[in-house]
Amino acid sequence: MDTTKLITKQAVAKAVYEAIPNVACVLPCDVKRSLAEARKAEGESRGALVLDQLLENAEIAERDCVPICQDTGTCWVCLEAGPDVLVPGDVFAETDDAVARAYSEALLRKSVVRDAFFDRTNTGDNTPAFTDIHFSEKAGCRLHVLLKGGGSDNASRVVMLPPGAGKQGILNEVMDCVRHKAANACPPLVIGVGIGGTFDKVAGMAKSALLRPVGSSAKDERTVELENELLDMVNVTGMGPGALGGKTLALAVHVNTAPCHIAALPLAINMGCSAMRRATFEFNAQTGEFERVDTETGE
Amino acid sequence: MADSMNSPLALELPLSREALASLRAGDACTLSGAMYTLRDAGHMRLLDELHERGCLPYDLEGATIFYAGPTPPAAGRPFGAVGPTTASRMDFAAPELHRAGIAATVGKGVRNQAVIDACVETSSVYFVATGGAAALLAQRVESGEVVAYDDLGTEALRRIVVRDFPVFVGVDVKGSCIYDLE
Repeated sequence: MDTTKLITKQAVAKAVYEAIPNVACVLPCDVKRSLAEARKAEGESRGALVLDQLLENAEIAERDCVPICQDTGTCWVCLEAGPDVLVPGDVFAETDDAVARAYSEALLRKSVVRDAFFDRTNTGDNTPAFTDIHFSEKAGCRLHVLLKGGGSDNASRVVMLPPGAGKQGILNEVMDCVRHKAANACPPLVIGVGIGGTFDKVAGMAKSALLRPVGSSAKDERTVELENELLDMVNVTGMGPGALGGKTLALAVHVNTAPCHIAALPLAINMGCSAMRRATFEFNAQTGEFERVDTETGE
Repeated sequence: MADSMNSPLALELPLSREALASLRAGDACTLSGAMYTLRDAGHMRLLDELHERGCLPYDLEGATIFYAGPTPPAAGRPFGAVGPTTASRMDFAAPELHRAGIAATVGKGVRNQAVIDACVETSSVYFVATGGAAALLAQRVESGEVVAYDDLGTEALRRIVVRDFPVFVGVDVKGSCIYDLE
């Protein structure tokens, strides 16, 4: 194996360190464009005022290098490795250090406690990061960095439906989650939906769905249809931006499906807020470093 | 509705009982003056102190609590970003705090019936600010200082002075809720 295709902990840490300030302060182009389109479609409504504020907010944050949202999140780092790269077991060993330095230097909020139950003392540096690794059939290696707010994650859920619940059961559950929790998740939302896998996998599928550029189509025609149906149902509620009334409660619904047990119909709904802060990097074997991928084109 | 959106009601903090009584769910308002940021962990501490003393500490009588945990100072402002967090997580404390004298809260999302009942009973209100507009809202903050619970970091009790801070009336003194409006 060519040693230039070794994914080092240093390369991962460098990408994470450089990504965080930018991701926290600059709204991705796809989200910004989608919010602007939603504003055009909105007439006189409280939702229109919310969109005006969110668009102005994005401008201020980018211009002044301040966070888009005070909840600068937990940092999720996901490595997607293809068959032609080598990943050592310590690939995330320097990631926490990168997160701590980036959060401190970029003046971001530290929002992580030591232990959910036994010790809710703030760790003081926003570590640990939450890391994942996936193996992919696609050549090369991609790194995803997502800053996920607490409010939108709290508005999310995992349900193990019986297979007989079928499509209607899924639609009902998504709408129940939207009606009860969307107002807490800072709409307009990007809604990630996972269907299939196992109890633990389905949540990850819903979360990964948030990475897809807003405005891009799913690869599978049936998925496109389901996403469109869900998006229409969500927006026809009239809950709108901020859930204060209007046309756009969600900018997009992204669905990932997978095989599952004959007894199961796992469903996960992961709410993404209007500040859908993420970046994707592609490994450059020539330099041994990760390079940012354009969110608009996927290039 | 369009009228109130075009020209928001300018309210001074602390809010007078008259001003509170005049507000209706859905009204667009701006807040100017002093309010206090406090969120999850700080509420547990404040309730403990309230139980010990029998009254609100830190001059909070008649005050407005903004459910928020700001980022550090940046761009020459007291906070780089500060915006509302989910109010329902503070539902466990809000009724008792309203009865002890808190006049208003600022957050995002729906409140439970106990909070709405407490707003009616004590003539208090809940304001909704735009979640995710924290850089814009931080521009409306003139100063911020820690009053208590400094060890909680972002969750400390802070006194902040705001100018033209945009909100909507979320729950009014009659118990009407902005999220239930047609």
